[in-house]
Parts: sequence; structure tokens; C-alpha cells
Amino acid sequence: MKMLAKRIIPCLDVDKGRVVKGKKFQNIRDVADPVELAKRYNEAGADELVFYDITASNEERNIFLDVVEKVASEVTIPFTVGGGIRTVEDIHKVLRSGADKVSINSAAVNNPDLIEEAALKFGSQCIVLSIDAKQNDKNQWEVYTNGGRYNTSMDAIDWAIQGEKLGAGEIVVNVIDTDGEKSGYNLELTKIIAESVNIPIVASGGAGQLEHFSQVLQPGYADAALAASVFHYEEISIPELKKHLADNGIDVRRDLSWK
Amino acid sequence: MIAIIDYGAGNIKSLQFALSKLNMESCLTTDPEKIKDSKAIILPGVGAFKDAIASLNQLGLSEVLKKEAAKGKPLIGICLGMQLFYERSFEDGKWEGLGLVKGNVRRIPDSVKVPHIGWNNISAHTNSPLLKNINNGAYVYFVHSYAVNKYQNNTLIASTEYGGSIPAIVQQDNIVGMQFHPEKSGAVGLQLLQNLKEMIS
Repeated sequence: MKMLAKRIIPCLDVDKGRVVKGKKFQNIRDVADPVELAKRYNEAGADELVFYDITASNEERNIFLDVVEKVASEVTIPFTVGGGIRTVEDIHKVLRSGADKVSINSAAVNNPDLIEEAALKFGSQCIVLSIDAKQNDKNQWEVYTNGGRYNTSMDAIDWAIQGEKLGAGEIVVNVIDTDGEKSGYNLELTKIIAESVNIPIVASGGAGQLEHFSQVLQPGYADAALAASVFHYEEISIPELKKHLADNGIDVRRDLSWK
Repeated sequence: MIAIIDYGAGNIKSLQFALSKLNMESCLTTDPEKIKDSKAIILPGVGAFKDAIASLNQLGLSEVLKKEAAKGKPLIGICLGMQLFYERSFEDGKWEGLGLVKGNVRRIPDSVKVPHIGWNNISAHTNSPLLKNINNGAYVYFVHSYAVNKYQNNTLIASTEYGGSIPAIVQQDNIVGMQFHPEKSGAVGLQLLQNLKEMIS
């Protein structure tokens, strides 16, 4: 049976209008202009992009919305915006600025109705539930919020199931333990969540080598793989990655299909 | 001037940006006069069917769209916009659509993950100019939970496979629907919009 192509999603953390990348959410350093990077990924064959606004103030929020609009004017692939989304009005603003989807993390934990309201208003397809998970010493996966700083003690798998019921159209499974470590995605949690819900799963946190992508994009695991530094620092090129995946029997969008 | 019907929330900006890349002049509007004066109309895809049709009715645009379509003006529906052309939708209930094209809108079966999010191939069913320079099997970007069924076969230009066959591009004379987002489908999407531009002019 023909499958939907697996997606490769570069993720851009944006602080005051610049893309930054840290390890385990710490030691953030400046990397590049988000619009330039977005154009580069678009041309290289990225299937989608994610922008996280890691700033907080309202003033900086407006800088971010300008970035969103500039990206929308330059790239012709879908992109998701996350970070600092707390209300239906916030969602409305980013969608109107040209984003295709919004990713909601802490605000959904604090107010699960937000997912439900937003899904009803804008459609499930543009509401992404992003889960930051970390394993405790009893091997349970717990949900963290506020950029990995706060442990909610909620079970990540239960939260994913609830998120689907509330109307989320996609789930990002970001594993804090592996984030920035380049030791591979956490296959275990990705698989459990993929088996627990019937919406697409985006794996996040830990990509370092080509094989990490082919592992997590096997049937039964993730539908898409998100990564940041391997792309930002050009350790892995997207065409090379797509070739590796195709060689390993994973359906990806490669041919740009021009006659 | 192409009139893009601005009937609510959602990402319309990307569509406008894509059109301007191709030098296709457009405006966002709900003004019946502007719509009547336009060269073509695009009904974009945002939100839920029920809300969308309610907005169109409330703004008095359903009648305008039907009249313009009857006059032969190109009417292009994208994603939900295409679904609105049909007779009825079963999205969270049962709702009457514009009824310009015969068929229903139903949820994609749960045998596959819903929403259908991502890049999928389209296969051509006819030799339409809408598919000029597009290879069979080209990838385009889909984001939807509902799809058209019980349509008339002669309206099908291209389809995709996802839990069964899904109409991807349909055409009935001057009415064209695209279930995916051409404005989000990279180079292939821009070529499809270019083909629409040629159809309009």
C-alpha cells in the first residue's frame, strides 16, 4: 500500500528575531536569520518548518509575528508556530500572519480547553499538541512545561491520548533527556504514543546521524522527524538525508516533479 | 484582479504571497461588488464546514458565488473551499453546501490517521491543462480530515490515495477545486497556480 511521505522538519528557535540553538534548553547561542534559514531549508527540500518563539515579552512577540509574516512571504512549504501561545486570540494572530499550524505546549497543560476551543474554531488540522517529556526514576514518562523547567507529574502517554480527544490534529513528542544530545530519538516513547493515538506523530529531540532518522521513521513510529542543530550547523544536508531514507525503503518527497 | 473570499480566520496570507510570486493580482474581500468585478474568485480553506457556510450565508456571499459561477467566472476552491462547492457535508452533523457540484463531504476513514497531514502523490485522471508540467506522482501538501465522495467521475482531474481514493483536483467547467494547498506545495504548487493563471486569462 502506498504511504504518505514521511516528513523532515527543521526546527528554528527564535529569540528577538534570531534563530538560536541550545543543548537541553540551556546555553543558548545565536545562529542565524530565521527568514534566510527558512528559505535555505525550503530550497533544500524540507517538508515543513517549525518556529518556536522562545521570547516572552509582548514587544518581542510583535517582532516574532513580523518574522512569521516574512517567512510566509518567502517559503512555499507549510510551517508551524509555537511558543507563548496562550489564548485563541494568540492562535488567530499567528495564523493571520501566515502560519499554517500552531503548536501548543504549556498553555494546553494549564488550560486543556484551549485545545478544544481552538480545534473547533480553526480545525484540528492546525492544532499541534507539543509534549516535552522526561523519564523519571520509575521509568515513567512525565510531562514538563515552561521550556522543560517545570515537572507537571502528568503521564505523557495519558496526556497524548487526552490531547487527541480534545481535538489536537498532531502530536510532537519531544524527549528532554535526548534533546541536543545527538544520540538518537527516543524510540520507545515515540512508539508507545504512536500506538496510543490515531493522529500523526512528530518525533523530536536527539537527532545526530542519518540512522537516527531512518530508525524513528520506520513503520509504527513517527510520521515526521524534527531536528535543529544538525541542519543549522550543516552536519546533515536535507537532500542527503532524503536519499538515505529512500535507500532504506522510507517513502519521502524527493523528486520535485518538474517535467 | 482575483477576489479571495475572506470569510474568517486562517492562513490566507500564504495564498496571497504565492499569487504575488506569480504576478497574479489579488485582494481579500467580502464585498459583493468587488467579487462581481473580479476576473476570478478563490474560496480558500479555513476552519470548519459549518462555520464557513454559515459565514458565507450571513455575508450574503453564497448567492453571489452561485451567480458568478453561473455566469462562467472561474471559481477556485482550496481545501475546505473546494468542499463548500458540494451539496452537503457530514462534518460534525449534516450541513448544506453551495451545491454547485454534485457530491458529499465525509470524514476520512479511521483505517488511516486522521487528519491526512503531509505530502502525498497525485495521479492524473485526464489530460487537463491544469496538470501542465506536473508529473504523475508529484507530491502536494494535504491538511484535511474530510474529503469529497459520491462525486461525478467526469469531474475528477487528479486523485490521491489515503484510506481509499480521495479527489485531489476536480473541475466542472469554470469551477475548479483543489483539496490540497497549492500555496504550500513548493515548486509543484506554484506550477499548479501558474496553470490556473493560464486558465483564468
